[in-house]
Amino acid sequence: MNVQLDLGAVFSEWPLLLKGIFLTTFMIVVSGALGVLLGCVLAWMSSQNRGAQRAIASLYIEVLRNTPFIVQLFFIFFGLPSLGIKLSPLAASMLAMTINLSAYSAEILRAGIESIPKGQLQAAKSLALKPLQTYTNIVLPQAFKNTWPALVSQIVIVMLGSSVCAQISTEELSYAANLIQSRNFRAFEAFFVATVAYLVLSLIVRSFLDRVIAKLIFKDTHG
Amino acid sequence: MNISIKKTLLLVSAMMVLGSTQVTLAQNALDNIQKSKLIKIAIPTDFPPYGFVGPDLQPRGLDIDTANLIASKLNVKVELIPVTSANRIPYLQTKKADLVIATLGKNAEREKVIDFASAYSPFYQAVFAPKSLNVKTFADLSGKTVAVTRGAMEDQELTKVAPSNVDIRRFEDNNATVAAFVSGQTQMIATGASVAANVIQQNPQIGAEYKLLLKDSPNFIGVAKGEDALRLKVDEIISTAKKSGDLEKLSQKWLGRSMGNLPE
Repeated sequence: MNVQLDLGAVFSEWPLLLKGIFLTTFMIVVSGALGVLLGCVLAWMSSQNRGAQRAIASLYIEVLRNTPFIVQLFFIFFGLPSLGIKLSPLAASMLAMTINLSAYSAEILRAGIESIPKGQLQAAKSLALKPLQTYTNIVLPQAFKNTWPALVSQIVIVMLGSSVCAQISTEELSYAANLIQSRNFRAFEAFFVATVAYLVLSLIVRSFLDRVIAKLIFKDTHG
Repeated sequence: MNISIKKTLLLVSAMMVLGSTQVTLAQNALDNIQKSKLIKIAIPTDFPPYGFVGPDLQPRGLDIDTANLIASKLNVKVELIPVTSANRIPYLQTKKADLVIATLGKNAEREKVIDFASAYSPFYQAVFAPKSLNVKTFADLSGKTVAVTRGAMEDQELTKVAPSNVDIRRFEDNNATVAAFVSGQTQMIATGASVAANVIQQNPQIGAEYKLLLKDSPNFIGVAKGEDALRLKVDEIISTAKKSGDLEKLSQKWLGRSMGNLPE
């Protein structure tokens, strides 16, 4: 074996790599926030007693949780234009990530919501809190606290899954790695750098969610 | 066991001797064709629009039309032999075919084992776009989107010549590139003539047409090494067909583009 590790060949394309890292981060920040927000709405809908709301929410959740992400992505990017909806690769990627994450986070939050004792809801009612107030002030913060590790994992999974967005020419991290290796045939180095970058990004996202966001959402919740 | 191996070896070497004699003696392909009134021509069947299988299960395409043209000028019948990219030269070397008309490009390695008659059709990578889009030079690409398959020859060529503000969207494979163009996600597509012809044929609503040339590598007719009489005859037929406009018609019919200046 006379193969030499030449990381320089990959780092010489640093503008591509940097853009890729930036876009991957940008996509998960936007679709992470929107996805979990939408997940809260869906969890609210599916915890209602009204049949129609529940049915819509569970149809949405089941369809998205039981189809592959790449198919959802291709449907949005290649399929929707025939209905007149043309999204840029970046917008299509973020939309796909958002709806995908919303379905999973709704299911995760539902488990957290069900774990809340009925007595609390009755107490809220007797204090004349409206259902929506009860949900946002009493139920959600505790649901978040109870399911936080699972939610964080799901967000990281979606971020790593965003690597398939390279397939529709979104210029994120995997796209950069692929493009670099098709230019200089340094596959090992290109994907090695991408692997390290993903690892570091995941760790940053995890600790950011645990240290900053968690405190914002449920800092004085006792659940 | 030993005996059978020896026998086989003998047989093989005998065949090799016979084979090599045949090769050295057979400089008379043209005579044989004219005597038997039949020419065997290797054609592709997996490479539209040059050669593919039509709805009637018969091969058709530019290469097939060219083969028929040559046969008719020689006043003989034609036997079409479907070949793949990998086995088209062996068919010629083993005399299973008299001519190869199968998108064969000319290069130094190939010239060592076979001879080349004239070029008969263009093969190229190019930028394609709807007729309504005004693109005449590479500068016109500015600010527009082009789909291309990452790492393909056309990607390299396009990256070299396109202005920096062209939005080049690179996809994983030809299918995704084509899907992006057909669904309207990109305004243009940079691809090989073969893929483009398929896109144009199957999506007439787009009205895509040839716009800008990225790279040219014309197709030549392959002849067995040393078959000079046949090669010169084919050259003559092709030269006449170029002058009469027959080849130009084929190029327009199958590629939607002029054949341009083909090398001799």
